[in-house]
Amino acid sequence: MALGNAKTLTKLIVVTLGMFGFGFALVPFYYKICEVTGINSGAEQSLAKNTQVDESRLVTLEFDANTNEALPWRFKPMQRSLKVHPGQLVQVEYEVSNISDHPIVGQAVPSYGPARAAGFFKKIECFCFTPQTLAAGESRRMPVMFVLDPDMDRDVHTVTLSYTFFDLEAKKQASDGRKTVPNG
Amino acid sequence: MSDAAHAHDDHGHGHPTGIMRWLTTTNHKDIGSLYLWFALIMLFAAGSMALLIRAELFQPGLQLTNPDFFNQLTTMHGLIMIFGVIMPAFSGFANWQVPLMLGAPDMAFPRMNNWAFWLLPMAGLMLMASFFLPGGAVAGGWTMYPPLFIQGGISYDLTILAVHIMGLSSIMGSINIITTILNMRAPGITLMKMPLFVWTWLITAYLLIATMPVLAGAVTMLLTDRNFGTHFFNAAGGGDPVMFQHIFWFFAHPEVYILILPAFGIVSQIIPTFARKPLFGYASMVYATASIAILSFIVWAHHMFTVGMPAAAQLFFMFSTMLIAVPTGVKVFNWVATMWKGSMTFETPMLFAIAFVCLFTIGGFSGLVLAIAPVDIQLHDTYYVVAHFHYVLVSGALFAIFAGIYYWLPKWTGHMYSETLGKWHFWLSVIGMNIVFFPMHFLGLAGMPRRIPDYALQFTEFNQIATVGAFIFGFSQLLFLAVILKTIKGGVKATDRVWEGAEGLEWTLPSPAPYHTFETAPVVK
Repeated sequence: MALGNAKTLTKLIVVTLGMFGFGFALVPFYYKICEVTGINSGAEQSLAKNTQVDESRLVTLEFDANTNEALPWRFKPMQRSLKVHPGQLVQVEYEVSNISDHPIVGQAVPSYGPARAAGFFKKIECFCFTPQTLAAGESRRMPVMFVLDPDMDRDVHTVTLSYTFFDLEAKKQASDGRKTVPNG
Repeated sequence: MSDAAHAHDDHGHGHPTGIMRWLTTTNHKDIGSLYLWFALIMLFAAGSMALLIRAELFQPGLQLTNPDFFNQLTTMHGLIMIFGVIMPAFSGFANWQVPLMLGAPDMAFPRMNNWAFWLLPMAGLMLMASFFLPGGAVAGGWTMYPPLFIQGGISYDLTILAVHIMGLSSIMGSINIITTILNMRAPGITLMKMPLFVWTWLITAYLLIATMPVLAGAVTMLLTDRNFGTHFFNAAGGGDPVMFQHIFWFFAHPEVYILILPAFGIVSQIIPTFARKPLFGYASMVYATASIAILSFIVWAHHMFTVGMPAAAQLFFMFSTMLIAVPTGVKVFNWVATMWKGSMTFETPMLFAIAFVCLFTIGGFSGLVLAIAPVDIQLHDTYYVVAHFHYVLVSGALFAIFAGIYYWLPKWTGHMYSETLGKWHFWLSVIGMNIVFFPMHFLGLAGMPRRIPDYALQFTEFNQIATVGAFIFGFSQLLFLAVILKTIKGGVKATDRVWEGAEGLEWTLPSPAPYHTFETAPVVK
């Protein structure tokens, strides 16, 4: 009987240890189930998906960056051009550095080419919405998030987005009546 | 080894006395009593917390506690009642009764049995001590959900450790019980001749060794998330808090059957005795118990319908949950059929058993209501849920424990308990219990959330009724303590059979049962 008990004990301990391992095995199992069934996949959740993408055409985007000559900043896009479907959510980045030895507040003004594309260029997030303060020697990467409206004329194949940074302090002194530069 | 064997053979000579007798005992009856006393002490500890909770909820606003302490009370009440009262009490019954019912001399591993018990008071002490640590005891709910449980202070680590220890204790206890049942039955007791209490405990013990290690894994992950920089559940590090709920309820749904199956077993012993008829549908009872145990592994997500699940998953968990009502219904009908045309008498154990059948069924039905996913989304985390699980755990598990104590106490002590006091205890408990928990159904349907120290004015009356009931129910348990102490001290001498209709090996022994029994196995026809 004692021998039988020892045998049963061994079996039950193996089961116990196996189930302890099973608890941890549930972790990869859980993620696999979520992946296979397509649930709980964070950013790609089906509810948040954009269904308005016009996949029948591609538009070339070109990015351009300038600074006003009075502003001692270096300013450039991180990518020169991009091909996107209208309706697609796009994020691009620009880099700006203050090469002077004092802090400066600047603000960027966008312009579009051709001009008739401007109304279809829907920016969701842009560094041009607010004034940017850069400390002496500071450099910063800034995002622009936008959607090209699928209603944009079909004969527009290339859109250029061009930003120009202005020194906000200088501007303010020059024309005291205006509070902000136009944006958007 | 030879010393242990020697001490066993010559009891009364060279036995440690006083505290050392209890610390070193390997006797299944001693250990059974220790489990039951531990459960009783913890019942009063966690019950006092419940009374403090009810006192705070007597009126809206904050009177006695601050919200944080209130949350500590609800959390600790739940943890202690589950791991410190119901589970140890059932282990106590198993230790006393399984060897007696099977004609075995003791449990299979007496030393492991001693260790399994003595781990429990350590874990209990750690839990109680956490009230005095900086920040107080854990306040994140007994379900230990992250992110709260990976954010709290030192007492959270202590509680996780206590859960590890309690889990280890019940795994050792279960291994012992399974081995005893499989290997140490007297000749002639086949599996399908075992008393139903032994059957339910065999299945419970299997559930325990299958799920306790999963809980141990889950709380280990909590511990490493807290202290060792892992990110199982920490969303900031790419983990998923909902995954904890899945792993936790994979353990905790079988756990609720761990808390009720031995109760089914006790009631299945008592009803035939006082109906003076054999149990109706013995084989179907065994198969129903096994089906409940198997189904319990595929229903867990009904605890978390609101986390955001695909409709297909909700439907699966909803229907599989409802399926459990079938074997449970088989059991209820079998108990009723056992009583049908029986020569019934209504001693205290029978009264508690009948109350169990009626009130547990109410709890079962409110469980069915909650199983309906669209309804559950409305009732999730309301007092309806509180009413539901107290009907199955208080008038279910706890009443079965009371019934079992009254039923076997004469065999254990050799004295009859006072039937008058027992009946007082029964009526006060059953009335008090219904006054506490029945109004909670209405509160839940009206939308009162659980785990809150303050509530909107319109809930006041039902809360006041519940609090009055709680104090009746709580203080009538002092009567229970009095009955037990009185019976241990003396009383009418119990006969060997104790109850006219009692069947089974334990009733062939003298009352009180001698310290060593069945040293030569009885022969069962």
